[in-house]
Amino acid sequence: MAASAVKEPIGISGAGRGGNGRGSFGGDGRGGGSSARSVPPQRTYVTGMGVALGGILMFFMALVSALVVRKGAPSGGWQALGTAHLPWRILTLDTLILLASSATLARAHNRFRAHDDEAFSHWWGVTAILGVFFLGGQLLAWRELAAAGMYLATNPSSSFFYVLTAAHGLHLLGGIVGLLAVAFYKTRRLSRGTAISVASLYWHFMDGIWLCLFLVLLAGNR
Amino acid sequence: MSAEQQSIGPVPHRVEAPQGFLRRYLFSTDHKVIGIQYFFLALTAVTVGIVLSLLMRFHLAWPNVHLPFINGGLMRPEQYLALVTMHGTIMIFFVLTTAPQGGFGNYFLPIQIGAADMAFPRLNMLSFWLTFLAFVCMLTAFVVPGGAPISGWTAYPPLSALGEVTGPGEGMGQTMWIVSIGIFCLASLLGSINFITTTIDMRAPGMTLMRLPLTVWAWFVTAILSLLSFGVLLAAVVLLLLDRSAGTSFFLPAGLSVNGELQMRAGGWPLLWQHLFWFFGHPEVYIAILPGMGVASHVLSNFSRKPIFGYRAMAVSLCAIGFLGFLVWGHHMFVSGMNPYSGLAFSVLTLSIAVPSAVKTFNWLGTIWGGKLQFETPMLFAIGFVSFFVTGGLSGIFLAQPALDTVLHATYYVVAHFHLVMGVAAIFGIFAATYYWFPKMFGRRMSEPLGKLHFWLTFAGAYCIFMPMHFIGAAGAVRRYADDTGASYLTAFQPVHLFMTIAALVTGAAQLIFFYNFFRSLKNGARADANPWRATTLEWTTASPPPLDNFGGIFPSVYRGPYEYSVPGAAEDFIPQNLSPEQSMQGNEGARSGR
Repeated sequence: MAASAVKEPIGISGAGRGGNGRGSFGGDGRGGGSSARSVPPQRTYVTGMGVALGGILMFFMALVSALVVRKGAPSGGWQALGTAHLPWRILTLDTLILLASSATLARAHNRFRAHDDEAFSHWWGVTAILGVFFLGGQLLAWRELAAAGMYLATNPSSSFFYVLTAAHGLHLLGGIVGLLAVAFYKTRRLSRGTAISVASLYWHFMDGIWLCLFLVLLAGNR
Repeated sequence: MSAEQQSIGPVPHRVEAPQGFLRRYLFSTDHKVIGIQYFFLALTAVTVGIVLSLLMRFHLAWPNVHLPFINGGLMRPEQYLALVTMHGTIMIFFVLTTAPQGGFGNYFLPIQIGAADMAFPRLNMLSFWLTFLAFVCMLTAFVVPGGAPISGWTAYPPLSALGEVTGPGEGMGQTMWIVSIGIFCLASLLGSINFITTTIDMRAPGMTLMRLPLTVWAWFVTAILSLLSFGVLLAAVVLLLLDRSAGTSFFLPAGLSVNGELQMRAGGWPLLWQHLFWFFGHPEVYIAILPGMGVASHVLSNFSRKPIFGYRAMAVSLCAIGFLGFLVWGHHMFVSGMNPYSGLAFSVLTLSIAVPSAVKTFNWLGTIWGGKLQFETPMLFAIGFVSFFVTGGLSGIFLAQPALDTVLHATYYVVAHFHLVMGVAAIFGIFAATYYWFPKMFGRRMSEPLGKLHFWLTFAGAYCIFMPMHFIGAAGAVRRYADDTGASYLTAFQPVHLFMTIAALVTGAAQLIFFYNFFRSLKNGARADANPWRATTLEWTTASPPPLDNFGGIFPSVYRGPYEYSVPGAAEDFIPQNLSPEQSMQGNEGARSGR
């Protein structure tokens, strides 16, 4: 007994002694158990992504509220792009592509859980390709707008159009890089399952952000 | 025999740190090394910031004295404005945001919750190096053609959005400023993700939310504020940069004429920037001050040998201040011509922050009331923190009222207010933290006599600088003027300016005592044991300085709250958080010696 007391001094790591004592955030302390001490539990990656999305949401909310405030500003001068200039056909198609990519991603995640690796790789790849299509569609929308003489500096309405789509496009490009990284790159600390969950969380979130941006752009340029 | 071996507290042994200078000290992923890197970055920045402020004070007192390092000898008004801009920016971003959160938060949050490191160590390293890059970028503004920007730390458009036509420093200098702030935003966002995730997921068994030290609460709430506000500033500086470099008009209205040149922009709105900026800017004030509140609570309890008065109220009021901080940005814009009803709403919300602030203040007083006070240097600085927070906060009640703010807004009254409440108070929080945790961080103790001398000179000096500033402000002295000798009603304030400048020079010189004490103690200070302040929280249960994994291969468990001082019936007047109920009656030698 004395020997065990030497090895494990009191007040330290007593499993069950004092309970897991987790706060109201729930969960079970550090997860992986003592051997994994220096490695954070997998849950932290999901938490971290959730927190990061909070910051990203504020970034987009700042841009959108700037658009709303600017459009209603007393100084006036907002020239709506209108249905004539707003490339709404391409944007609608792009929205459908992105929605489809969320569906294929959910399918891939589902196949991963079912240990069907081949189907997982298939649907995961389809998602990335749809993401590339979406970005290509956004470029076409830019070209259409530029062809109509609406450039970045033409009017706040066109400026906001380019800034919002570019900001979202960059984030989605990061998402595609993330999808490829999950597919081709193995990490030491991050399990494959967690990596897939984190990448999915990000992708679905970017899908949701785009839906909101699309509605804002439609409403702001009527 | 077994009672002797049941030493309480961990028995740390060093886990090997990576070898080689680069991985160990420069590109380390250890939160303690990164914390120290942030601290030294802030120390460098504060030195630059103090020098800039002393140059301003010197010029205000002796506007006609030639300065050898200025081309032509006499300081031009735009050079003075460049000093104002760079002093404010460097102090707010690279000192008040960097030291308390990036420095001490990084070092002590993981240890205080019983974790081995931050949740994402490599992200943590990236945060620091981005902050460093931002600082280098900011300093480059001094040496680019045209020099440093002159638009203030708030960079209001249209003048900040048009480029060189609006003055020297508004060309390349302003661009460097914007890029630097953009990088700083990214760094702060990444840092806050780490702080929040670590607090949520990495707490030791038994470390419930209501057992967190108030320092951890403060860093946690501060990180949430950073996460929600820096994204907004990032969006704002992206738009401002586009206005400058891509010809857009987010903030630029039509028909603008600058220096006789008509600007061919249209459709923008300068107030949009003010809304975005202050939506970040007000939470930023709390990002600077909340960690100081946490440290003050922690230190006051420790050196009063009493539990903190109203722990739960302290935690809730931190959250309340953080929440309300997002609803009051308009009080910076009372003079922008806003709707009086909006002004009233912002005013009422601002005044309501007095409630959680008063809760904190009275709880601090309640904590030291009847305590066995020990006036060590950290305690003095914590009391100083409360003093400056109250004095600076009280003038905030006046400024929160639109009618009064309209009169006082452009005067030194505002300068005095925010310097006391967020500048000096936050710096005192940083000093309290430095003197308190120095033994833990470096394994040595700072000199107490020099620390006390530093405290009294700084305490008296800061009041001598900023109290008279209220009076000349209320009398109508306009802020941001480079020279008050031109108009007769301003000349009347000149003796007060002289007094404040002398006070500033003395206070600035007193900081040399701190620097001497700090660097001398690094090498020659008396060796510190694991728990020199006889404190309760987890960082004092491990060696000084802590081993690489903080607790030397041991996983602490937590059995009690963070401030169990002078518990009746206990063998000693403090009970460490990792002491189980059975051992608390037997004394805490093990926890104190940390071996």
